This record gives sequence, C-alpha cells and structure tokens, in this order.
Amino acid sequence: MASNDSIKKTIIVTLLLCIVCSVVVSTAAVLLRPIQDVNKSLDFKRNILAAAGLLEKTDKASVESLFESRVSTQVVDLATGKFTEAVEPANYDQRKASKDPSRSIDLNADEDIAKISRREEYALVYLIEGDAGLETLVLPVRGYGLWSTLYGFLALDSDLNTVRGLGFYEHGETPGLGGEVDNPAWKAQWEGKQAYDDAGEVELTVIKGKVDPQSKNADHQVDGLSGATLTSRGVANLIHFWLGEDGYKPFLTNLKNGEA
Amino acid sequence: MKLKELLFAPIFSNNPIALQILGICSALAVTSKLSVTVVMCIALTTVTAFSNLFVSLIRNHAPSSIRIIVQMTIIASLVIVVDQFLKAYAFEISKQLSVFVGLIITNCIVMGRAEAFAMKNPPIASFLDGVGNGLGYSAMLLALAFVRELLGSGSLFGTQLLPLATEGGWYTPNGLLLLPPSAFFLIGLFIWGLRSWKKDQVERADFKIAPNTKPQAKEA
Repeated sequence: MASNDSIKKTIIVTLLLCIVCSVVVSTAAVLLRPIQDVNKSLDFKRNILAAAGLLEKTDKASVESLFESRVSTQVVDLATGKFTEAVEPANYDQRKASKDPSRSIDLNADEDIAKISRREEYALVYLIEGDAGLETLVLPVRGYGLWSTLYGFLALDSDLNTVRGLGFYEHGETPGLGGEVDNPAWKAQWEGKQAYDDAGEVELTVIKGKVDPQSKNADHQVDGLSGATLTSRGVANLIHFWLGEDGYKPFLTNLKNGEA
Repeated sequence: MKLKELLFAPIFSNNPIALQILGICSALAVTSKLSVTVVMCIALTTVTAFSNLFVSLIRNHAPSSIRIIVQMTIIASLVIVVDQFLKAYAFEISKQLSVFVGLIITNCIVMGRAEAFAMKNPPIASFLDGVGNGLGYSAMLLALAFVRELLGSGSLFGTQLLPLATEGGWYTPNGLLLLPPSAFFLIGLFIWGLRSWKKDQVERADFKIAPNTKPQAKEA
C-alpha cells in the first residue's frame, strides 16, 4: 500500500472524492428544493396567522384555507406610505428586493438602527379584515440580533398602536439563549403593549430584566431575554426601525387618516 | 465476525456516551423534548452507519496523510444530505434542531468510529458498528429525554401526562430539567447505575493516594 501515499494517488483520491460528494450533495439539494419551498411558504403563512393570533390548527389544509379566506396581501410604498400596485404581491420577493440596489435604498449609519444596511422600496403587508373593517395588520420586520438577521412579523390591532403579537420565522440565534425569541411565554408578553406614546414616538422596547408593572412605561416594555442581551437589543432596535419614519410609520399614519 | 455483537454491544457494554464518553454535547442540547430527540437519534444513526460504510469502502485507497480530511468530507456530505431531507420532510423539527443537525459533523461518535473502526474493518461490519453505536447513543438520549421531558414539563412526546400546577393540576415542573446542565447530572447517574451493574466498566484508578510517610517534624 505504499503507493497510496504517492502524490499522484493522493490527488486522484481527493478529486474523485470531492466530485462524488458534491454530486450527492447537490442532487439532494436540487431534488428536495420544491418540497422545502412548499414547507417554507406554509411556515410563512402559519407565522402570519400566529402573529395575528388567528392560528388554531397547524395542519396544511387549514392554514391554507384560513389564510385564503382571512388575509389579503397588499403592497405598500414605504417612501410615500401609500398602497401601490407597482408590483404584483404574488410575484414579489421582498427579501430579494431588499438586496437589489435598484429596488432598495441605502441606509446610512444613523438611520440603520436595525443593521439591515438596505431597505426595499415596497413592502408586503397583510390585512385581516372583519365585518367592521380592518381587524389586524401584520407587518413583516427584520433586524440583526447577535449572529443573524431575525425575520418575523409584528401584528397590530385596528387602532394601529396596540400590539397583537410578534413572532420570528427565521433566525440563527443561539438555541436556548437568543433562540428563546421563539418561546411562547415570552412572545405572549407582546400582546396588548402600546407601540407609540402620546407624542407619536416609538416607545415599544425590550428592557433588561423584568418589567415593573407599576412603572408608567410598563405598557411599552417587554422583559429582556436572560443570557441574550444582544438578541434582546436587536429585537428592540428592529421594532424601533420598522415602526419609525424609515419603516412603516408614514404608512400607519396614512392608514389611520384614511389616506393610504 | 460476530455481527450480532457489533450491533448490540454498544448499547450496554460499550455505550458511546457512558463508556467511551463521546458525543456529550448533543446529549445535553437536544434532550429536553422526546420528539426532537427521536429525530436527532435517527439522523445520527444514519450518518454514523453510512459514514462508517463509505469510509470502510475506501479505506484501502485513502492516503494516510489526508485520511482525516477524507473522513470529514464523507461525514459532512452525509450530514448535509440528512439536513436537506429533514427540511423537506420534518420541517418543524428541523427548525427546532436548528444548528444541531449541522453539528453532527463534529459529533465525536461519528469521527471516532470512522477512525477507530471503519479504517480497519470491512464494510458490512463497519456499517453494523455504525448502526450499533447509533443505537447506543439513541438509548442514552432517549432515556435522558424521557426523564427530562416527564419531570421538566410533565409530558411525553408533547402529550401532557402530569397536570401542571399552572394549569390547575398538581404537578410543579422542575425547571432545572429543561436546562442543558441537568443532562450532566442524569448522565452521571446513568453511568453510575451502569457501572454498578457491569463492574468490568469501572476504570482502574490512575494512581493510589498513599498515606503521608514523611516523618513529621518534631515540635521544638
């Protein structure tokens, strides 16, 4: 077996192994992609419904039918804060647009508190309407935590100030620490919090430690996650960004005045 | 070749976690819920079995200077394939397992068996050794997850068995068992139990503490 260690044999073995392994890996990835995409879009819808507090059954058929019957998807021009028909919601990939220089704007360091570096021009928003008009508005949000960008949804009540729910459908935070953003007990705290103060400034935030229920700001505060200071700060920052002037604030103001 | 022994010896008499003390990290991380644990066990057993098989198939051609990298390439490819399958067919659980599927690559059991067994033995035996060690790992993890989920959240496979005090029942869950360090205590207890039963697993002491034989200084 002495020939095994010759340079020629080493290179041949390495090349063959790499070719075989890469073919196997890419075949698996390509063949399974369609099924994974279905799962992803289902998970996306499930999270929209969950943030709005509508999710009861999680199986595929009921999520699809509930989404179909209750949720209407609209496009918002974030600069003007008005509904637009510039893009078709079904074909619009918001995440791709946010990375495309021609369809997004560059944020400077002061504006970019959520550390997302670019913001798309158009955002998809999800409206859940009842007999009395708008019941819940679900807004996609994202921002950088400790390791990763957190992608999620923030649901607001019809007064466009009271939070209905918050949930993240994709992140890469440390399981057990920052990953606790998925903890149902923590997420439940968001319900009923007030996004803006009387002056219209974004007040909603995540604080360090526990919220003192006596404090006058308790309505605007959520407990921090222990052991996950940077993830908690990231969540607070992304809330501030997306509810602020560069985010959905113009749209929310218009919608409140019936001008969207 | 005693194939049956290859398959079943790692469960009690040569358990990868209890005797070889390998793969502890994931044993701490993924055992707070049984359903997640089961998927992790299946994934790890698959990867160990097939990585052993493929490493063994090319063992006579792998240059010894790059054999570890060869093993890693095979293991990493298998893990990616398993991860893709989980994302396609068990999406919810793959989200909960998150990084730990990827971390099977660094699981000491996979690498350890490839280097210690598959490099020297024929493919079938290596495959069975992989399955056996996967089963040994699974046995330990399932036992851990059983205790942790039952006492930590009062449920098994997500079905509530002990009514929780917070929901009007009588059982106050033990929060410690939901935290990873509790698995350390449990693994310790299991190893103690196993070694009391199978005395040959007790390691010989490295040294013996001798009494202090130096003459003591006389008091003046």
